[in-house]
Amino acid sequence: MGKRGHCKGQLKQLSAYIDGELAAEICAQLEAHLQECSDCRVVLNTLQKTIDLYHVPAGDETLPEEVRSRLFARLHLDHLAGEKPGE
Amino acid sequence: MSAGRQYPSEFVDRLIAGDGLAFNELVDQTSGGIYGLGLRMLGNAQDAEDMLQETYLKAHKALSGFEKRSSLNTWLYRIATNEALMMLRKRRSEIHFDPEPTTQEEPGDEVEVVDWCCLPEKEFISEETRTELNQAIAKLSTALRMVFLLRDVRGFSTQETAEILQINEEVVKTRLVRARLKLREELSGYFRERLRGQVKNG
Repeated sequence: MGKRGHCKGQLKQLSAYIDGELAAEICAQLEAHLQECSDCRVVLNTLQKTIDLYHVPAGDETLPEEVRSRLFARLHLDHLAGEKPGE
Repeated sequence: MSAGRQYPSEFVDRLIAGDGLAFNELVDQTSGGIYGLGLRMLGNAQDAEDMLQETYLKAHKALSGFEKRSSLNTWLYRIATNEALMMLRKRRSEIHFDPEPTTQEEPGDEVEVVDWCCLPEKEFISEETRTELNQAIAKLSTALRMVFLLRDVRGFSTQETAEILQINEEVVKTRLVRARLKLREELSGYFRERLRGQVKNG
């Protein structure tokens, strides 16, 4: 465990690899490197885990009730709801 | 995967025509996500709420001119991110110094190699870890933070993120790599300590 200074060239590729955006040839080279290099495998796994930890789909987020009340009051949505389209 | 949900054309037409019920529905479906983005972009609840309100006020005014060239969701997030950027600029000018993080944005020469994926799941959902995640994101520059929030937190595609921020796709990709690597590095430092604690406690 600790800091390592090598494999800098592969670092930027790992992100594109996670997104499936690497060209086939580079992807094959990187996968061959990953077979050999346990440090890069750790970086790949922790990079993926970092992304997973941060991901929150919009649908999973709710507005606190008091924030929603103030938003609807500011937007005069009760009034809007009574309007007919085009008025 | 994409966060750019598509609304039925008929619903969008109702919004453009000024249908209040449709607007009410749009607000209810999207405001949680916009508010969550504001919290992470601006770092506090009051600013996030101001951003939220301004976003929908502006969206309501501008809807009659919506031309359907981009998706409604992308359009709404563009208004929200512009609002957040304006608030950040205003905040910087009011306090007379630039609090923008100035840490190196290129990956450093040394990389933290510690395999913390094996930590028990409860480590990842603890309140302390949530705080650490938020602090790590706050250390990113605005440019990196915006891209990371849209791409990885919210799940917009590269193309959608480029549309929302009005930058080209290559810039989105470059910033995303930098943001991810910096966050991974920050979290690795944090979880290394957690792993040490585990070893100590048996």
